[in-house]
Amino acid sequence: MAKRQKVLVLYLADSALDSGVVAWSQYDGTGITDHMAGDADEPPYRTGLAALRDGWRLIQASQLQPHAPGTEFTTSYLKYEFFFEQLVDVDG
Amino acid sequence: MADRVLLKTPDMARFVAHGYLRMDGVVPAEINEQFLTDVGRPPAASTEKLLKTYGKLLAASAIPAIAAGTPLAKAYPAESAIAKLLALPVVRGAIESLVGPNAVFDHHFLHITFPPAFYEALGVPNVSQHTHQDSTIDTRRAFDLQIMYFPHEVTREMGGTRFVPGTHLRIVSEAAIGRYQNVRGQQHVVCPAGTLLFLHHGMWHGGGVNRSDHLRYMFKIRICPTVKQVRLWDTSDLDNDHFAQRPIFFVKEAPDPEHAHTLLTSPEPWFEADTGRLEYINRIRLWRHLLGDRHFDADYWLTRIENEPA
Repeated sequence: MAKRQKVLVLYLADSALDSGVVAWSQYDGTGITDHMAGDADEPPYRTGLAALRDGWRLIQASQLQPHAPGTEFTTSYLKYEFFFEQLVDVDG
Repeated sequence: MADRVLLKTPDMARFVAHGYLRMDGVVPAEINEQFLTDVGRPPAASTEKLLKTYGKLLAASAIPAIAAGTPLAKAYPAESAIAKLLALPVVRGAIESLVGPNAVFDHHFLHITFPPAFYEALGVPNVSQHTHQDSTIDTRRAFDLQIMYFPHEVTREMGGTRFVPGTHLRIVSEAAIGRYQNVRGQQHVVCPAGTLLFLHHGMWHGGGVNRSDHLRYMFKIRICPTVKQVRLWDTSDLDNDHFAQRPIFFVKEAPDPEHAHTLLTSPEPWFEADTGRLEYINRIRLWRHLLGDRHFDADYWLTRIENEPA
């Protein structure tokens, strides 16, 4: 059995893992499912904690950065990004 | 009938807050038909690469190539479908309200999403376009207008343009946001023929995937202002007390949904808890710019943080 990685990226409403999901992406290294932009209007989980409880492993969380002087009010990329993975057995 | 119908204050505030206005089916059928005839039709399936098919279509179409910076009023032949579209009173009024008189043409492009058979013939996957912001990093307060024209009915399976209301004031670098597949509150254009979207240039968007048997067309025109975008709309409904503050947080009745302050401080489903408040602040700053009034505030968001008694 070989292993393949599935990746789930959740963007949350604040830095707490149990806050609500505001955006999400999925990539399936097994090739069993395909995901793409705009393929779902409802998130796969309500919170980051719900993903943990469903077996996803948190592998990266965005850092809280001080606000650079002069850009305190600039909004840009989504701020609370959490990467999760699952390792799945596949034939081959 | 007036040759232009300017926007009212609530629509301008809606544009500032959400970054778009939508007009369903406002373009008459004869203009839609003329436009589709003008652009011509590519084959339903082809083994040629997408860019080559596009190149042939653009070369063969009756739509002119136009130099960037051309005055919009002179950009299109008078009898062309797009000239007629731009002369519709509601369209002319919206353009003048948002970017003023004497706006200039930036560019236009014909977007086509092809049905599955086209991709099967090519042997490439039929996927949606990554979410992106057009052009490049743009830190201006002034804004360009992008008009998306849907000349035929768009059904859900045709993969109408996806966009995320309220993202227009975020300063990002074009395709850097491609990682965001889905965002709460995203919309997919499903519309009758002759529908127009008027978008702030910063709107996050992407083409959908077409799962129907029909080609889907969308024609986009980018238009730039040549005047300061101050009070260009119909301000006759702007009350003398439009800047007066209201009770906030502890309130006893629902706010008027059409009041500019309400519109400017209404959240989007994707707003983060803290940066959602920054979005209000940036909306209010844009509204100040459009009013030409640097003291305007809605629900005290800026007054509070600007209060530094001497």
